[in-house]
Amino acid sequence: MATKTKSNKTESVVAKDYESVIIFTPVLSDEQLKDAVAKYRKLITENGGEMVHEENWGLTKLAYPIQKKSTGFYTLYEFRSTPDFISKIELAFRRDERILRFLTVSLDRHAVIFNQRKRNGEFNQAKKDLKQEGVK
Amino acid sequence: MKKKSNNSSPAMVFNTMPEAPQKKKFCRFKKNGIKYLDYKDANFLLKFVNDQGKILPRRLTGTSLKYQRKVAQAVKRARHIAVLPFTGDSLK
Repeated sequence: MATKTKSNKTESVVAKDYESVIIFTPVLSDEQLKDAVAKYRKLITENGGEMVHEENWGLTKLAYPIQKKSTGFYTLYEFRSTPDFISKIELAFRRDERILRFLTVSLDRHAVIFNQRKRNGEFNQAKKDLKQEGVK
Repeated sequence: MKKKSNNSSPAMVFNTMPEAPQKKKFCRFKKNGIKYLDYKDANFLLKFVNDQGKILPRRLTGTSLKYQRKVAQAVKRARHIAVLPFTGDSLK
């Protein structure tokens, strides 16, 4: 019954673009990390979301310690889904002890274009120009 | 010396301006046609914070109001995901 109402909703509500950055604890092994990343990918796709992009930054140093840990595995999901799915996935993030921090952001159309260009590598040139401008 | 007076009272800067005209400030986003600020890009955001990690005011960076809001949003997001520190002694 519950699933039925949900599927009705997905038809009427327009899907939006979102981006989630998650920081996993550094104590995970490679295998555990893979599992965790796959778990949320699955959660997104199973709830009518569409994965646009996924990125792993590897073990990265944090700017400040979180839960007494100074490094973390950053993972980025870019996906399209209905707005009601966000509370669901954030609840899952909150319940997961392997996650130090997460941030879900809805993307406007400039952001979507930006991310696409960044992925295609078009962006390095423009960024270089900006850096030079910043130095001046 | 000039920088110090800039920080403490902008009124004084206006008084001294006619004698020593400064280079006109401009909004780098408008000039370069940047529509979106990436909150994951720490190196870029570092241009908009001082070495304590505070967000620089518009009067120093020249950013237009529209983009200053986006800068602030991006810096705050970056802090949340530990890309930028909330505070620091020497970021630069």
